[in-house]
This record gives sequence, C-alpha cells and structure tokens, in this order.
Amino acid sequence: MSTVLLLAGMAGITYALRVCFWFGAGEGLPAWFKRTLHYVPVAVLTAIIVPAVLLKDGAFDLDIHNARLAGALATGFIVWRFKHLLAGIGGGLLVFVLWRWLSPLLMS
Amino acid sequence: MSDGALSGVRDAVPMVVGILPFGLIFGTLAGPAGLPPWATLAMSALVYAGSAQFIAVTLLAAGASVPVILATTLIVNLRHMLYSATMSPHVSGLPRAWRAFLGFFLTDEAFALIYNRFSSPRGSVDRPRYYLGVALTLFLAWTGSTAVGVLLGNIVPGIQHWGLEFAMVASFVGIVVPQLKNRAQIGAALTAGIVALLAHGLPYQLGLMVAALTAVAVGVVLERPAEEAA
Repeated sequence: MSTVLLLAGMAGITYALRVCFWFGAGEGLPAWFKRTLHYVPVAVLTAIIVPAVLLKDGAFDLDIHNARLAGALATGFIVWRFKHLLAGIGGGLLVFVLWRWLSPLLMS
Repeated sequence: MSDGALSGVRDAVPMVVGILPFGLIFGTLAGPAGLPPWATLAMSALVYAGSAQFIAVTLLAAGASVPVILATTLIVNLRHMLYSATMSPHVSGLPRAWRAFLGFFLTDEAFALIYNRFSSPRGSVDRPRYYLGVALTLFLAWTGSTAVGVLLGNIVPGIQHWGLEFAMVASFVGIVVPQLKNRAQIGAALTAGIVALLAHGLPYQLGLMVAALTAVAVGVVLERPAEEAA
C-alpha cells in the first residue's frame, strides 16, 4: 500500500512540476526563485554523497580501507580533469572494487 | 519533407548512450533497496525522473518514510519548473491534450534537446512530432534499461554485493564536481556536506532535507557580493 502511495505521490509531484507553466499558471518564475534553483542539485547531491562516503553504521569511517572514499575521490578527479562523466563513474567504480579487494590484503 | 519525429529520434540517440547505464543500475539496485520488480518498473514508467528515483531508492534503503521521500522528490525536481517555464512559449500553440501528454516527458535530457532545437536557426521543425520523437526515444531507453536491470538483479546471484550502489554515489559526484566553479556553489557544497554529517542522526532521514535547504540558503547568500562586484 505504501509503495502505491509512494509511486503515485512521486509521479504526481513530478508531473505537476513539469506542466505547471503550460496551463496558464502565471508568467514564469520570479528571478529570486531561479537563482535559488541553481544551488539545489549541488546541495541535495552533496548532502547524499558525504554521509554515504564518510560514515559507516553512523560513525566516521576515516581509515585507509574506506573504498568508497577512494572511489569517490577517483571519480571526482577524473571528472574534474577530463570532463567526462561516464569515464569518471567507470574509473571510480574500478578504484572502489579494486580498493575493497586489495586494501585488506596489502595494508592489514 | 518536414523535419519531424525521425529527426527527434536521431538527435536523441547520443543521449541514450548516457541513459542506458543509469537505467541498468537503477533496475539492479531498486530490488535490494526494497522495491518489488513491478514497482521498480512502474517508478521508471510513471515518475520518469532519474535522479529523484535514485534518491528515493537510497532513502528507502535507509528506512525513510513516504512523506520524507515525497518532500525530497519535490525539492530535487523543482528544476523542472524552470524547464516548464522556459518551454511554455514554444508549446502554447498546441492543443491542451497534446500539452498534457508531452509535458510528462520533460526530463533534463529532453529539455536540453528540444529547447535547443526549437530555438535554433536550423530551419523549421514540426514541433509536436519532433518533441514526440525525442520523448519516446528517451522514455524507451530509460524504461527498457530499467527492465533489463531488474532482470539482471534477479538472474545474477549476489549482484547487490558487487558494489553497484557505489555507482550511484559516483554518478552524484560526477554531477556535482563540474558545478563547483564559483564560491557560492563551493560554499553550498561544503555546507551540505557538514550539515548532512551533523544532522545524520535525525529521525526519518530528515538530515538530507535540513542539509539541502541550509546549503541552498548559503549558496544564495554567498552569491550576492559577487554580483554587486560584477
């Protein structure tokens, strides 16, 4: 039941946002609101990334075996340096997998 | 021959290459996060918003409640209002039913392609048909790759332990990094990260929302002095 509610809610919200200006709802967005929207992607995504990378079971996980941190840094570097999203994701995944596999063997 | 649906399909193909891996990963990850296969497919077909879907699944896996996920969806998808407003003059001549139908397909990728084409000097285009060509191509890519991902998740044993969930984190990193080109965005990112860590213990996964809203506010505040200087 709650799954149906979740799907219906997400679908309704997203659809409403997509067509809101196509049915005579106002003259467009106020300038301050557009400015605010610029920061939404960075704000939301960083708020997801940082705990996902730095925490483990709610506690800081800042040692050499943290493969998520290694992978995320690799992705960030590749995307920043080479401006290629898919290469960055692929490279980060590779570092993540290798790190998870090798770091317990090499640095125990 | 008028430039129509086929031309839309052709323009959309390069975007498809970028969409397929994300659909695959979404389809694979949604199951272990707690979404049954039918709901995973329904989410791709009915919500049809990649980043919101990934975030919803992340929140679901962390035990967030439906209202929290819906509120997050609203914030994450607010940018579609911007697309809606920008596209509105280009579709105002279409019949209501067409607008109601085509509006559903206004994703980031569709907006980028269609707005580009409609405002380009590259000759006239049959607007509803071009839009439809782009929209259906991208929609098929997303739902199709989700379905393949769901299948893979069920066929390949232990695929949820391969670390694919990290692909989601990596894709978010890849989206954020290119945007960090001024101090307002960097300030927003730092704020989001710090507040998210501090607020991590809040119930219902509300930490994400608190961090995001604080970070947006910091971004807006930091932007002002730069504007006056310019």
